[in-house]
Amino acid sequence: MIIKGKAHKFGDDINTDDIIAAKYLDSQDPGFLGSKCMENIDPLFVQRVKKGGIIVAGRNFGCGSSREHAPVSIKGAGISLVIAESFARIFYRNSINIGLPILVCREAGRIKDGQQLTVNLKEGKILAGDKGKKFFSEKFPQFLRDIIESGGLIDWVKKQASLRNRGE
Amino acid sequence: MEAEGGLGVGRNPKSQTQKREIWIILIFGFWILSLFGNICSIWILDFLSFYIINPQNLRKNRIMGLTLVEKILLKHSAEKKLSDFVYAAVDFCFSNDITGPIAVKEFNRIGKNRVFNTDKVSFVCDHFTPARDLKTANNVVLLREFSKRLKIKHFFDINHCGIEHAFLPEKGFIRPGDLVIGADSHTCTHGAIGAASFGVGSTDLAAAMAVGKCWFRVPKTIKFVYKGKLSKWVSAKDLILYAIGRIGVDGALYKVMEFSGEVIKRMGMDGRFTMCNMAVEAGAKTGIIEPDNKTFQYLKKTERLKNYNPKNIKKYKNDSSAVYDRVYEWDISNLEPQVSCPHLPGNTKPVSRMRKVKLDQVVIGSCTNGRISDLEEAAGILKDKKVKSNLRVIIIPATPLIYKQALDRGWIDIFVKAGCIVSPPTCGPCLGGHGGILGKGETALSTTNRNFIGRMGSPDSFVYLSSPKVAAASAVKGRIAHPGEVL
Repeated sequence: MIIKGKAHKFGDDINTDDIIAAKYLDSQDPGFLGSKCMENIDPLFVQRVKKGGIIVAGRNFGCGSSREHAPVSIKGAGISLVIAESFARIFYRNSINIGLPILVCREAGRIKDGQQLTVNLKEGKILAGDKGKKFFSEKFPQFLRDIIESGGLIDWVKKQASLRNRGE
Repeated sequence: MEAEGGLGVGRNPKSQTQKREIWIILIFGFWILSLFGNICSIWILDFLSFYIINPQNLRKNRIMGLTLVEKILLKHSAEKKLSDFVYAAVDFCFSNDITGPIAVKEFNRIGKNRVFNTDKVSFVCDHFTPARDLKTANNVVLLREFSKRLKIKHFFDINHCGIEHAFLPEKGFIRPGDLVIGADSHTCTHGAIGAASFGVGSTDLAAAMAVGKCWFRVPKTIKFVYKGKLSKWVSAKDLILYAIGRIGVDGALYKVMEFSGEVIKRMGMDGRFTMCNMAVEAGAKTGIIEPDNKTFQYLKKTERLKNYNPKNIKKYKNDSSAVYDRVYEWDISNLEPQVSCPHLPGNTKPVSRMRKVKLDQVVIGSCTNGRISDLEEAAGILKDKKVKSNLRVIIIPATPLIYKQALDRGWIDIFVKAGCIVSPPTCGPCLGGHGGILGKGETALSTTNRNFIGRMGSPDSFVYLSSPKVAAASAVKGRIAHPGEVL
């Protein structure tokens, strides 16, 4: 799968309160949560993002709360992929579980704000800018690839159940 | 003689052949030995590089012992050996009024009409409760109706629960050695009992409610050994703030923080909960403390575990040969009370350097510091004192039981006379939910766990984190203060 989009850069330790403020957690609507994405740290972010935009961040992206509203809000804002040097663990699993594409790339810091990115998700290959500077992301372990390829945790669980039933 | 001579005559040529044979044997022997040596050395080098470069393999192959969390994960999985990931059976899973509604939505997508075990699933309504508005009230209604429909036994509303991470252990829902997941990041709190307790998301919880299982990456463990003696004004909160300050907010990313040493052995359960609670602020998968007699005494007083067998406590220890990712040893005898400055919990400084920070609000409560010992510490400082005028001071007992204990011991009286307001148990202001939101430009000192931008309200407000002792002293002074300044 190839994802194309403009890079929106963020720094280290972007926490879940930055991504979606707690006062909005009474909602579960992706459209509404998306409209409030990054409100506390970048109120104009949602207006700037075009559908398919890519977030590029530093270390420990998504630290803090377990709120799944955070990846839901990013998806709702129209972001198609998050690339970071590292992710906080609950955000990492939430993204995999709900099917928000993420990539761990130690060199994410070298991607520039506003650069046009072309990303091959399966190969984890990132092409940045017109000159096509290449970056590589870490490969997901097989266990997680199964969940990602199933379309998220719920579909994976359903698949497992149907496999078991067929086995019986 | 003849025989001798005969022997003597025949000796020479025989000995020559023998010599040649010996040489052949020797050369052949050396060749074999060197070949064997080569193979051995390659094997030894392989072994060393495989295990020294990646100590995880020592654990996987049971050459070295396991940490407590590894043991618990292995016990709950169907595998005989640990690999990088496990799909393990959970003993208990829970969520709250924020994460619960999404979990219900996802659960319904699976298409099951029952949970894996009605006794092992719980909803604790604590974040936006008592309901702050119609939307949050309806979320509680949704959870109540779902619980009723699926016969989930442990749905809890305000007056029957309080904050989940104080309430669930208080009732005895968590046992040493349990594998627990909660759709809340501070689920790591329950590591204080010796459980492997991991915060997850709503979809994880939905899947676990359906099949009773969850996927985990097997984490490495960092050991923190606290030595020395705590000074009078220093408590568990200062130890964990200090640790986060030292290793940073991603210093334990994906790893377990194990707290040990003489200081932890002497520490009561409330302090242990505080320490494990904030492990997630260093990025950790969980905090954990080996259960001991103090754990047992705590469990015995709970409703569900009053008959808990003390022999079980001994089962849940780290192997003596367990491999740690890293070990920190700190003598904390001279440690000062700590304050975390905006806007990260790892921004830790000694309180004496923060005395110029003026405050608009002080909050004492939360899943970090809303337990009975925390209120005792605050009451000890606020007794016969008045809080600074124009300062809002909010005290939040974490559960109705803690509220009642504080009432019975006369501490609520102390708080009210000092000019504080006592709130019903709730997460409320900690996450900027309700009941103590900060306005533009305001500053708060809070015993909670996070001080991110806008965490308690306006993105232009400032949150400092501290222990209840420092918070109570600061309430009297109207600025950040060392408890020694007040008493």
